[in-house]
Amino acid sequence: MNAVHRQMGAKMVEFNGWDMPVEYPASIGGGIIAEHMAVRSGVGIFDVSHMGDIRLAGREALAAVQHISMNDASRLALGQAQYSALLYPQGTFVDDVIVHRLGEDEYLLVINAGTREKDFNWVRDNTRQFDCKVEHLSDDFTQIAIQGPKGADLLQKLTDADLSAVKFYWLTRGTVCGLKNILMGRTGYTAEDGFEIYIPSDEATSARVWHEILAAGKEFGIVPCGLGARNTLRLEGKLPLYGHEISDIINVWEAGVDRFCKMEKSDFIGRAALEKAKAEGVKKTLVGLEMVDRGIARDGYKVQDEGGREIGYVTSGSPAPFLKKNIALAYVPPEQATIGTTVRVEIRGQAVKAQVIPTPFYKRPKKAAKSE
Amino acid sequence: MSYPTDRKYTKEHEWITADGTIGITDHAQESLGDIVFVELPKVGTEITVGKAFGTVESVKAVSDLFAPVSGTVTALNEALATAPEQVNKDAHGAWMVKIKVKDPAEMNALLSAADYEKFVSEEASH
Repeated sequence: MNAVHRQMGAKMVEFNGWDMPVEYPASIGGGIIAEHMAVRSGVGIFDVSHMGDIRLAGREALAAVQHISMNDASRLALGQAQYSALLYPQGTFVDDVIVHRLGEDEYLLVINAGTREKDFNWVRDNTRQFDCKVEHLSDDFTQIAIQGPKGADLLQKLTDADLSAVKFYWLTRGTVCGLKNILMGRTGYTAEDGFEIYIPSDEATSARVWHEILAAGKEFGIVPCGLGARNTLRLEGKLPLYGHEISDIINVWEAGVDRFCKMEKSDFIGRAALEKAKAEGVKKTLVGLEMVDRGIARDGYKVQDEGGREIGYVTSGSPAPFLKKNIALAYVPPEQATIGTTVRVEIRGQAVKAQVIPTPFYKRPKKAAKSE
Repeated sequence: MSYPTDRKYTKEHEWITADGTIGITDHAQESLGDIVFVELPKVGTEITVGKAFGTVESVKAVSDLFAPVSGTVTALNEALATAPEQVNKDAHGAWMVKIKVKDPAEMNALLSAADYEKFVSEEASH
Protein backbone atom coordinates (compact mmCIF):
# COMPACT_ATOMS: atom_id res chain seq x y z
CA MET A 1 0.00 0.00 0.00
CA ASN A 2 3.08 2.13 0.10
CA ALA A 3 2.53 3.62 -3.32
CA VAL A 4 -1.03 4.54 -2.34
CA HIS A 5 0.08 6.54 0.69
CA ARG A 6 2.86 8.27 -1.20
CA GLN A 7 0.50 9.14 -3.97
CA MET A 8 -1.83 10.71 -1.42
CA GLY A 9 1.08 12.83 -0.24
CA ALA A 10 1.53 11.16 3.13
CA LYS A 11 4.59 11.94 5.19
CA MET A 12 6.28 8.58 5.59
CA VAL A 13 8.46 7.25 8.37
CA GLU A 14 10.31 4.05 9.07
CA PHE A 15 8.57 2.16 11.85
CA ASN A 16 9.96 -1.19 12.95
CA GLY A 17 11.25 -1.83 9.45
CA TRP A 18 8.02 -0.66 7.83
CA ASP A 19 7.68 2.42 5.71
CA MET A 20 4.50 3.86 7.21
CA PRO A 21 2.40 7.01 6.82
CA VAL A 22 2.73 9.36 9.83
CA GLU A 23 0.19 11.84 8.60
CA TYR A 24 -1.55 12.94 5.43
CA PRO A 25 -1.39 16.42 3.96
CA ALA A 26 -3.75 19.18 5.08
CA SER A 27 -4.95 19.50 1.49
CA ILE A 28 -6.89 16.22 1.86
CA GLY A 29 -8.04 16.88 5.42
CA GLY A 30 -4.98 15.42 7.11
CA GLY A 31 -2.51 16.55 9.75
CA ILE A 32 -2.32 14.76 13.09
CA ILE A 33 -4.80 17.04 14.86
CA ALA A 34 -7.36 16.96 12.02
CA GLU A 35 -7.01 13.18 11.66
CA HIS A 36 -7.42 12.70 15.40
CA MET A 37 -10.54 14.88 15.49
CA ALA A 38 -12.05 13.08 12.49
CA VAL A 39 -11.87 9.80 14.40
CA ARG A 40 -13.42 11.33 17.54
CA SER A 41 -16.26 12.98 15.66
CA GLY A 42 -16.78 11.06 12.41
CA VAL A 43 -14.56 8.44 10.88
CA GLY A 44 -10.96 7.87 9.88
CA ILE A 45 -9.18 4.97 8.20
CA PHE A 46 -5.77 3.58 8.96
CA ASP A 47 -3.63 1.16 7.03
CA VAL A 48 -2.39 -1.04 9.85
CA SER A 49 -0.96 -3.81 7.69
CA HIS A 50 2.18 -3.76 9.80
CA MET A 51 0.21 -5.57 12.51
CA GLY A 52 0.94 -9.29 12.54
CA ASP A 53 -1.33 -12.31 12.66
CA ILE A 54 -0.77 -15.78 14.09
CA ARG A 55 -3.31 -18.54 13.62
CA LEU A 56 -3.58 -21.49 15.99
CA ALA A 57 -5.81 -24.32 14.84
CA GLY A 58 -6.29 -27.90 15.91
CA ARG A 59 -7.72 -30.16 18.58
CA GLU A 60 -5.74 -28.50 21.39
CA ALA A 61 -5.76 -24.93 20.10
CA LEU A 62 -7.61 -23.65 23.16
CA ALA A 63 -5.18 -25.32 25.55
CA ALA A 64 -2.28 -23.83 23.60
CA VAL A 65 -3.77 -20.32 23.69
CA GLN A 66 -4.50 -20.69 27.40
CA HIS A 67 -0.91 -21.73 28.07
CA ILE A 68 0.69 -18.75 26.29
CA SER A 69 -1.73 -15.93 27.10
CA MET A 70 -2.91 -14.30 30.32
CA ASN A 71 -6.60 -13.75 29.63
CA ASP A 72 -9.09 -16.62 29.76
CA ALA A 73 -9.70 -17.73 26.17
CA SER A 74 -12.12 -20.42 27.34
CA ARG A 75 -14.62 -17.62 27.89
CA LEU A 76 -14.62 -16.71 24.21
CA ALA A 77 -17.70 -17.65 22.25
CA LEU A 78 -17.37 -18.26 18.52
CA GLY A 79 -16.79 -14.90 16.91
CA GLN A 80 -15.67 -13.16 20.08
CA ALA A 81 -12.36 -11.42 20.78
CA GLN A 82 -10.45 -10.38 23.89
CA TYR A 83 -7.49 -8.22 24.83
CA SER A 84 -4.69 -10.35 26.25
CA ALA A 85 -0.92 -10.64 26.43
CA LEU A 86 1.87 -13.14 25.90
CA LEU A 87 4.09 -13.20 28.97
CA TYR A 88 7.60 -14.29 29.81
CA PRO A 89 8.04 -16.63 32.79
CA GLN A 90 8.97 -13.46 34.79
CA GLY A 91 5.45 -12.10 34.27
CA THR A 92 6.68 -9.38 31.90
CA PHE A 93 5.47 -8.81 28.35
CA VAL A 94 6.44 -10.61 25.16
CA ASP A 95 3.66 -8.55 23.56
CA ASP A 96 0.03 -7.59 24.00
CA VAL A 97 -2.40 -9.24 21.60
CA ILE A 98 -6.02 -9.48 20.62
CA VAL A 99 -7.20 -13.08 20.65
CA HIS A 100 -10.02 -13.79 18.21
CA ARG A 101 -11.93 -17.06 18.28
CA LEU A 102 -12.55 -17.81 14.63
CA GLY A 103 -13.83 -21.37 14.87
CA GLU A 104 -14.47 -24.24 17.24
CA ASP A 105 -10.72 -24.94 17.51
CA GLU A 106 -9.30 -21.96 15.69
CA TYR A 107 -7.84 -18.75 17.14
CA LEU A 108 -6.22 -15.70 15.57
CA LEU A 109 -3.74 -13.60 17.55
CA VAL A 110 -3.26 -10.08 16.26
CA ILE A 111 0.18 -8.90 17.31
CA ASN A 112 2.38 -5.82 17.06
CA ALA A 113 4.59 -4.98 14.10
CA GLY A 114 7.86 -4.62 15.95
CA THR A 115 7.49 -7.96 17.71
CA ARG A 116 6.20 -10.13 14.86
CA GLU A 117 9.09 -12.56 14.53
CA LYS A 118 9.71 -12.70 18.26
CA ASP A 119 6.02 -13.37 18.93
CA PHE A 120 5.72 -16.04 16.28
CA ASN A 121 8.82 -17.86 17.50
CA TRP A 122 7.59 -17.57 21.06
CA VAL A 123 4.17 -18.96 20.26
CA ARG A 124 5.55 -21.77 18.12
CA ASP A 125 8.24 -22.79 20.63
CA ASN A 126 5.87 -22.76 23.59
CA THR A 127 3.00 -24.67 22.02
CA ARG A 128 4.92 -27.67 20.67
CA GLN A 129 3.38 -29.96 23.29
CA PHE A 130 -0.12 -29.26 21.97
CA ASP A 131 -1.92 -30.86 19.05
CA CYS A 132 -2.30 -27.58 17.22
CA LYS A 133 -0.91 -25.99 14.09
CA VAL A 134 0.70 -22.56 14.42
CA GLU A 135 0.86 -20.40 11.31
CA HIS A 136 2.32 -16.95 10.73
CA LEU A 137 -0.18 -15.17 8.48
CA SER A 138 1.13 -11.63 8.82
CA ASP A 139 1.96 -11.24 5.16
CA ASP A 140 -1.38 -12.64 3.99
CA PHE A 141 -3.49 -9.72 5.15
CA THR A 142 -3.79 -6.01 4.67
CA GLN A 143 -5.39 -4.78 7.88
CA ILE A 144 -7.46 -1.64 7.59
CA ALA A 145 -8.94 0.06 10.64
CA ILE A 146 -12.14 2.06 10.15
CA GLN A 147 -12.48 4.04 13.35
CA GLY A 148 -14.90 6.55 14.77
CA PRO A 149 -18.57 6.92 15.67
CA LYS A 150 -19.44 6.72 11.96
CA GLY A 151 -17.19 3.70 11.33
CA ALA A 152 -19.98 1.13 11.48
CA ASP A 153 -22.27 3.19 9.21
CA LEU A 154 -19.49 3.49 6.67
CA LEU A 155 -18.52 -0.17 6.63
CA GLN A 156 -22.19 -1.15 6.48
CA LYS A 157 -22.38 0.56 3.09
CA LEU A 158 -19.70 -1.80 1.78
CA THR A 159 -20.74 -5.14 3.24
CA ASP A 160 -23.69 -7.52 3.28
CA ALA A 161 -23.00 -8.53 6.91
CA ASP A 162 -25.35 -7.05 9.52
CA LEU A 163 -22.95 -4.97 11.58
CA SER A 164 -25.60 -3.85 14.07
CA ALA A 165 -25.50 -7.43 15.36
CA VAL A 166 -21.77 -7.23 16.02
CA LYS A 167 -20.93 -6.00 19.51
CA PHE A 168 -17.70 -4.38 20.65
CA TYR A 169 -14.93 -7.00 20.61
CA TRP A 170 -16.91 -9.41 18.46
CA LEU A 171 -16.31 -10.28 14.83
CA THR A 172 -18.15 -11.37 11.75
CA ARG A 173 -17.46 -12.40 8.19
CA GLY A 174 -19.05 -11.15 5.02
CA THR A 175 -18.52 -9.76 1.58
CA VAL A 176 -16.66 -6.44 1.60
CA CYS A 177 -16.18 -4.44 -1.60
CA GLY A 178 -17.00 -7.60 -3.53
CA LEU A 179 -14.46 -9.74 -1.66
CA LYS A 180 -16.06 -12.79 -0.08
CA ASN A 181 -15.64 -14.08 3.46
CA ILE A 182 -13.77 -11.08 4.84
CA LEU A 183 -13.09 -10.98 8.57
CA MET A 184 -14.36 -7.83 10.30
CA GLY A 185 -13.69 -7.28 13.99
CA ARG A 186 -15.30 -4.54 16.06
CA THR A 187 -11.94 -3.67 17.56
CA GLY A 188 -9.44 -0.85 17.33
CA TYR A 189 -6.71 1.15 18.93
CA THR A 190 -8.32 4.56 19.13
CA ALA A 191 -10.64 4.34 22.16
CA GLU A 192 -13.46 4.86 19.69
CA ASP A 193 -16.03 2.56 18.12
CA GLY A 194 -15.01 1.02 14.80
CA PHE A 195 -13.93 -2.02 12.85
CA GLU A 196 -10.74 -3.63 11.70
CA ILE A 197 -10.97 -5.62 8.48
CA TYR A 198 -8.55 -8.17 7.09
CA ILE A 199 -8.31 -8.25 3.31
CA PRO A 200 -5.97 -10.12 0.94
CA SER A 201 -2.62 -8.38 0.94
CA ASP A 202 -1.99 -8.11 -2.78
CA GLU A 203 -1.32 -4.51 -3.73
CA ALA A 204 -4.10 -4.11 -6.29
CA THR A 205 -6.83 -5.45 -3.99
CA SER A 206 -5.59 -3.47 -0.99
CA ALA A 207 -5.44 -0.25 -2.98
CA ARG A 208 -8.88 -0.80 -4.48
CA VAL A 209 -10.51 -1.43 -1.08
CA TRP A 210 -8.69 1.56 0.48
CA HIS A 211 -10.00 3.88 -2.24
CA GLU A 212 -13.52 2.42 -2.10
CA ILE A 213 -13.68 3.01 1.64
CA LEU A 214 -12.48 6.59 1.18
CA ALA A 215 -15.08 7.20 -1.51
CA ALA A 216 -17.90 5.65 0.53
CA GLY A 217 -16.79 7.64 3.57
CA LYS A 218 -17.04 11.06 1.93
CA GLU A 219 -20.54 11.65 3.28
CA PHE A 220 -19.20 11.04 6.80
CA GLY A 221 -16.21 13.35 6.37
CA ILE A 222 -13.71 10.52 6.26
CA VAL A 223 -10.03 11.34 6.67
CA PRO A 224 -7.11 8.95 6.04
CA CYS A 225 -5.06 8.72 9.23
CA GLY A 226 -1.44 7.91 9.94
CA LEU A 227 0.61 6.60 12.82
CA GLY A 228 0.75 10.04 14.42
CA ALA A 229 -2.99 10.21 15.07
CA ARG A 230 -3.05 6.51 15.95
CA ASN A 231 -0.62 7.30 18.75
CA THR A 232 -2.45 10.34 20.13
CA LEU A 233 -5.81 8.53 19.96
CA ARG A 234 -4.56 5.49 21.82
CA LEU A 235 -2.80 7.68 24.37
CA GLU A 236 -6.02 9.57 25.21
CA GLY A 237 -7.62 6.17 25.75
CA LYS A 238 -4.64 4.91 27.81
CA LEU A 239 -4.20 1.94 25.50
CA PRO A 240 -0.70 0.54 26.09
CA LEU A 241 2.01 0.57 23.41
CA TYR A 242 4.65 -2.13 23.38
CA GLY A 243 8.09 -0.75 24.24
CA HIS A 244 6.46 2.11 26.17
CA GLU A 245 3.83 1.19 28.76
CA ILE A 246 4.53 -2.54 28.44
CA SER A 247 7.79 -4.34 27.73
CA ASP A 248 9.98 -7.22 28.81
CA ILE A 249 10.90 -5.31 32.00
CA ILE A 250 7.35 -4.33 33.03
CA ASN A 251 5.00 -6.81 34.65
CA VAL A 252 1.22 -7.07 34.46
CA TRP A 253 0.55 -5.48 37.85
CA GLU A 254 2.82 -2.52 37.16
CA ALA A 255 1.15 -1.89 33.81
CA GLY A 256 -2.26 -1.99 35.48
CA VAL A 257 -3.82 -4.42 33.02
CA ASP A 258 -4.96 -6.69 35.86
CA ARG A 259 -8.48 -7.10 34.57
CA PHE A 260 -7.21 -8.88 31.46
CA CYS A 261 -5.10 -11.32 33.52
CA LYS A 262 -7.08 -14.27 34.83
CA MET A 263 -5.06 -15.81 37.63
CA GLU A 264 -7.87 -18.24 38.42
CA LYS A 265 -7.78 -19.94 35.02
CA SER A 266 -5.49 -22.92 34.28
CA ASP A 267 -1.75 -22.37 34.53
CA PHE A 268 -0.08 -20.09 31.98
CA ILE A 269 3.43 -18.85 31.32
CA GLY A 270 4.23 -16.05 33.76
CA ARG A 271 1.58 -16.97 36.31
CA ALA A 272 3.92 -18.16 39.07
CA ALA A 273 6.05 -15.04 38.87
CA LEU A 274 2.94 -12.85 38.91
CA GLU A 275 1.69 -14.59 42.03
CA LYS A 276 4.96 -13.83 43.75
CA ALA A 277 5.05 -10.26 42.43
CA LYS A 278 1.54 -9.65 43.71
CA ALA A 279 2.50 -10.82 47.20
CA GLU A 280 5.55 -8.57 47.19
CA GLY A 281 3.68 -5.52 45.89
CA VAL A 282 4.71 -3.29 42.99
CA LYS A 283 7.55 -0.77 43.12
CA LYS A 284 6.21 1.28 40.25
CA THR A 285 2.82 1.83 38.75
CA LEU A 286 1.47 3.45 35.60
CA VAL A 287 -0.28 6.78 36.13
CA GLY A 288 -1.82 9.46 33.95
CA LEU A 289 -0.35 12.96 34.13
CA GLU A 290 -1.68 16.28 33.01
CA MET A 291 0.79 19.11 32.60
CA VAL A 292 -0.19 21.96 34.89
CA ASP A 293 2.44 24.43 33.72
CA ARG A 294 3.46 25.11 30.15
CA GLY A 295 5.38 22.24 28.59
CA ILE A 296 4.93 18.92 26.86
CA ALA A 297 6.13 15.71 28.49
CA ARG A 298 7.68 13.33 25.99
CA ASP A 299 8.63 9.67 26.00
CA GLY A 300 11.59 9.04 28.29
CA TYR A 301 11.48 12.32 30.22
CA LYS A 302 12.21 12.00 33.94
CA VAL A 303 9.58 12.50 36.60
CA GLN A 304 10.49 14.13 39.91
CA ASP A 305 8.63 14.59 43.16
CA GLU A 306 8.00 18.09 44.47
CA GLY A 307 11.34 18.05 46.23
CA GLY A 308 13.19 17.47 42.96
CA ARG A 309 13.99 13.81 43.63
CA GLU A 310 13.81 11.55 40.55
CA ILE A 311 10.93 9.10 41.05
CA GLY A 312 10.05 7.77 37.61
CA TYR A 313 9.80 8.33 33.88
CA VAL A 314 7.35 9.14 31.13
CA THR A 315 6.45 6.24 28.82
CA SER A 316 4.32 8.27 26.38
CA GLY A 317 3.64 11.97 26.34
CA SER A 318 1.99 14.28 23.86
CA PRO A 319 -0.48 17.06 23.36
CA ALA A 320 -3.96 15.48 23.39
CA PRO A 321 -5.80 16.96 20.40
CA PHE A 322 -9.33 16.18 21.56
CA LEU A 323 -8.82 16.99 25.25
CA LYS A 324 -6.72 20.02 24.38
CA LYS A 325 -4.20 19.53 27.13
CA ASN A 326 -0.77 18.03 27.45
CA ILE A 327 -0.94 14.52 28.84
CA ALA A 328 1.44 11.69 29.61
CA LEU A 329 1.64 8.19 30.99
CA ALA A 330 4.42 7.60 33.48
CA TYR A 331 5.77 5.04 35.90
CA VAL A 332 6.05 6.32 39.49
CA PRO A 333 6.17 4.64 42.90
CA PRO A 334 2.71 3.71 44.26
CA GLU A 335 3.09 6.36 47.02
CA GLN A 336 3.08 9.05 44.33
CA ALA A 337 0.27 7.52 42.28
CA THR A 338 -2.71 8.99 44.12
CA ILE A 339 -5.00 11.16 42.01
CA GLY A 340 -4.15 14.80 42.63
CA THR A 341 -0.49 14.23 43.51
CA THR A 342 1.72 16.99 42.17
CA VAL A 343 4.88 15.88 40.40
CA ARG A 344 7.35 17.52 38.05
CA VAL A 345 8.46 16.46 34.60
CA GLU A 346 11.98 17.38 33.61
CA ILE A 347 11.73 19.11 30.24
CA ARG A 348 15.06 20.29 28.83
CA GLY A 349 16.46 20.90 32.29
CA GLN A 350 13.35 22.58 33.70
CA ALA A 351 11.14 20.89 36.27
CA VAL A 352 7.63 21.53 34.93
CA LYS A 353 4.62 20.98 37.18
CA ALA A 354 2.21 18.13 36.41
CA GLN A 355 -0.56 16.36 38.27
CA VAL A 356 -1.71 12.75 38.54
CA ILE A 357 -5.20 12.59 37.04
CA PRO A 358 -7.72 9.76 36.48
CA THR A 359 -7.36 7.56 33.41
CA PRO A 360 -8.34 6.79 30.75
CA PHE A 361 -7.98 10.46 29.85
CA TYR A 362 -10.71 9.98 27.25
CA LYS A 363 -13.72 7.69 27.34
CA ARG A 364 -16.07 7.59 24.42
CA PRO A 365 -19.64 8.76 25.09
CA LYS A 366 -21.90 5.92 26.20
CA LYS A 367 -24.49 6.64 23.52
CA ALA A 368 -23.44 3.47 21.70
CA ALA A 369 -24.48 1.35 24.68
CA LYS A 370 -25.90 -1.37 22.48
CA SER A 371 -22.47 -1.96 21.02
CA GLU A 372 -20.72 -2.35 24.38
CA MET B 1 6.54 26.99 -2.38
CA SER B 2 8.50 30.01 -3.39
CA TYR B 3 10.77 31.44 -0.73
CA PRO B 4 10.83 35.22 -0.20
CA THR B 5 13.98 36.81 -1.54
CA ASP B 6 14.05 39.57 1.09
CA ARG B 7 15.84 37.30 3.59
CA LYS B 8 18.51 34.64 4.08
CA TYR B 9 18.14 30.99 5.06
CA THR B 10 20.00 28.32 7.02
CA LYS B 11 20.40 24.61 6.40
CA GLU B 12 18.59 24.14 9.73
CA HIS B 13 15.54 25.74 8.07
CA GLU B 14 15.44 29.15 9.73
CA TRP B 15 15.13 32.46 7.93
CA ILE B 16 16.47 35.86 8.95
CA THR B 17 15.87 39.29 7.48
CA ALA B 18 18.48 42.04 7.22
CA ASP B 19 17.01 43.72 10.32
CA GLY B 20 17.42 40.53 12.39
CA THR B 21 13.90 39.04 12.37
CA ILE B 22 14.04 35.25 12.65
CA GLY B 23 11.53 32.51 11.86
CA ILE B 24 11.36 29.00 10.45
CA THR B 25 10.75 28.14 6.84
CA ASP B 26 7.65 26.82 5.20
CA HIS B 27 9.52 23.60 4.58
CA ALA B 28 10.27 23.34 8.32
CA GLN B 29 6.64 23.83 9.37
CA GLU B 30 5.57 21.34 6.73
CA SER B 31 8.01 18.71 8.02
CA LEU B 32 7.08 19.30 11.66
CA GLY B 33 3.33 19.11 11.16
CA ASP B 34 0.85 20.72 13.58
CA ILE B 35 2.88 23.09 15.75
CA VAL B 36 1.61 23.26 19.32
CA PHE B 37 4.36 24.90 21.32
CA VAL B 38 7.03 27.51 20.73
CA GLU B 39 9.60 28.19 23.43
CA LEU B 40 11.64 31.36 23.01
CA PRO B 41 14.46 33.02 24.95
CA LYS B 42 13.84 36.16 27.02
CA VAL B 43 14.49 39.60 25.62
CA GLY B 44 18.11 40.43 26.29
CA THR B 45 19.38 36.87 25.78
CA GLU B 46 22.56 36.57 23.75
CA ILE B 47 22.24 33.94 21.04
CA THR B 48 25.21 32.39 19.25
CA VAL B 49 25.42 31.44 15.60
CA GLY B 50 24.71 27.71 15.09
CA LYS B 51 23.60 27.20 18.70
CA ALA B 52 20.08 26.31 19.83
CA PHE B 53 18.16 29.29 21.23
CA GLY B 54 14.61 27.92 21.43
CA THR B 55 12.32 25.04 20.67
CA VAL B 56 9.42 24.35 18.38
CA GLU B 57 7.19 21.38 19.16
CA SER B 58 4.63 19.75 16.94
CA VAL B 59 2.23 17.07 18.15
CA LYS B 60 4.81 14.48 17.24
CA ALA B 61 8.23 16.08 17.49
CA VAL B 62 10.52 18.44 19.36
CA SER B 63 12.84 20.54 17.25
CA ASP B 64 15.52 23.05 18.23
CA LEU B 65 15.72 26.54 16.79
CA PHE B 66 19.28 27.39 15.74
CA ALA B 67 20.60 30.92 15.58
CA PRO B 68 21.37 31.91 11.96
CA VAL B 69 23.80 34.54 13.28
CA SER B 70 24.86 35.80 16.70
CA GLY B 71 23.06 38.63 18.40
CA THR B 72 20.93 39.87 21.27
CA VAL B 73 17.20 39.22 21.45
CA THR B 74 15.24 42.48 21.30
CA ALA B 75 11.67 41.20 20.84
CA LEU B 76 9.56 38.04 20.88
CA ASN B 77 6.46 37.21 18.91
CA GLU B 78 4.31 36.72 21.98
CA ALA B 79 1.26 35.77 19.94
CA LEU B 80 2.87 32.40 19.32
CA ALA B 81 2.46 31.48 22.99
CA THR B 82 -1.30 31.19 22.53
CA ALA B 83 -1.48 30.67 18.75
CA PRO B 84 1.49 28.53 17.71
CA GLU B 85 -0.50 27.25 14.73
CA GLN B 86 0.22 30.63 13.10
CA VAL B 87 3.57 29.12 12.12
CA ASN B 88 1.80 26.42 10.10
CA LYS B 89 -0.48 28.94 8.47
CA ASP B 90 2.19 31.47 7.53
CA ALA B 91 5.72 30.39 8.35
CA HIS B 92 7.32 33.29 6.54
CA GLY B 93 5.11 35.83 8.32
CA ALA B 94 4.98 34.29 11.81
CA TRP B 95 8.35 35.44 13.07
CA MET B 96 9.76 34.14 16.33
CA VAL B 97 12.35 36.62 17.62
CA LYS B 98 14.02 39.82 16.56
CA ILE B 99 17.69 40.21 17.35
CA LYS B 100 20.28 42.95 17.19
CA VAL B 101 22.79 41.33 14.86
CA LYS B 102 26.27 41.32 16.35
CA ASP B 103 28.29 40.98 13.15
CA PRO B 104 26.43 41.61 9.88
CA ALA B 105 29.24 39.82 8.04
CA GLU B 106 27.87 36.52 9.42
CA MET B 107 24.87 37.01 7.15
CA ASN B 108 27.08 36.43 4.14
CA ALA B 109 27.52 32.78 5.04
CA LEU B 110 23.75 32.13 4.79
CA LEU B 111 21.79 30.79 1.84
CA SER B 112 19.84 32.87 -0.65
CA ALA B 113 16.21 31.91 -1.34
CA ALA B 114 17.23 30.12 -4.54
CA ASP B 115 20.06 28.23 -2.83
CA TYR B 116 17.79 27.23 0.04
CA GLU B 117 15.13 25.97 -2.32
CA LYS B 118 17.77 23.92 -4.12
CA PHE B 119 19.06 22.59 -0.80
CA VAL B 120 15.55 21.51 0.26
CA SER B 121 14.83 19.73 -3.01
CA GLU B 122 18.18 17.93 -2.87
CA GLU B 123 17.47 16.89 0.72
CA ALA B 124 14.07 15.52 -0.31
CA SER B 125 15.53 13.40 -3.09
CA HIS B 126 17.87 11.56 -0.72
